[in-house]
Amino acid sequence: MRPLPRFLSHAGLVPASNERQAGCVESKGLRLRRVGPRHKAGVTVVLGLILAAINPALAEKASLADTQLSDPAKEAQAKALMETIRCVECQGQAISDSNADIAGNMRSLIRERIKAGESPEQVRAWLIQRYGDYISYDPPLGGATWPLWAAPFVLLVIGIVIARSSFRRKR
Amino acid sequence: MRRMLLWLPLALFAALFGLVALGLFKPADRTVRSAMVDKPLPDFTLPAIVPSKPGVARTSFGGGKPRLINVFASWCVPCIAEAPELMKLKAAGVPIDGVAINDTPEAVQKFLDRNGDPYQRIGNDKASQVQIALGSSGVPETFLIDGRGRIVRQYVSNLQDDQVDDILKTWRGMR
Repeated sequence: MRPLPRFLSHAGLVPASNERQAGCVESKGLRLRRVGPRHKAGVTVVLGLILAAINPALAEKASLADTQLSDPAKEAQAKALMETIRCVECQGQAISDSNADIAGNMRSLIRERIKAGESPEQVRAWLIQRYGDYISYDPPLGGATWPLWAAPFVLLVIGIVIARSSFRRKR
Repeated sequence: MRRMLLWLPLALFAALFGLVALGLFKPADRTVRSAMVDKPLPDFTLPAIVPSKPGVARTSFGGGKPRLINVFASWCVPCIAEAPELMKLKAAGVPIDGVAINDTPEAVQKFLDRNGDPYQRIGNDKASQVQIALGSSGVPETFLIDGRGRIVRQYVSNLQDDQVDDILKTWRGMR
């Protein structure tokens, strides 16, 4: 078999392929919500228990990718963090907006860690340790990023100098 | 001096144009690399996904024996393309542990039957927990772990012949 060209062959880099992990779709407002008649809930629970007894894999704790935390304060913290974490697959989207599997798994991981009592900044630091500053939409002030903060002030000073000299000429 | 200054905006524009044109013909590398390379392997335990093989845990690494971790999935097309390369590594004696992402026992077994089975152990990473802990951004990815349990190399996307040679060389050097 001829090997796939390297630049096309990583599921993380194929936005339009049919890979399940490459589900880069604009998703705001489109996420499916589970709705259904109430009386079926009991049946579902019983069915779930039976299935769990048959297959231990299903007994794993449910993913928190699209399930909010019961504590609203913690959920707000988790949501705010998710909006500033970049999806490594649909690069350019935050994980809160991405439909990619790995983004869902990261949302779940963030909710679990926040639920367990970690602060959002601890979770961010943990993710930066894994993927580098790239993962965060909140770049830290450092050697490579200080011009971002300095540029507005430098431009403002240049603007004042230009304005002053041009007003003087008018007089 | 004044005359030279007159040309400055055009020169700046030409430089910017050149920069943009360069980006057009030589696009940036969008690969997300792990920041965990050269760091110790994080602690983890994954249950088995197929009955014939044990799961994968942090404790099976180190102890003086370098090993590979291959992050894969039965639903991933490049993983099929990669299978013969992994079989080459297996034939050369390199121990490989698999981490199956978002997968089912049946699908993994079918994948192994069809494409060959290079793995000594396969862990079930349903929620990408270990994948994220390794700083991996997709499938397939391969990590070389040295005898002290440190991540030495990361290979993103399906392995190519030259990368297999690189793994073999490094692995032999580490033993």
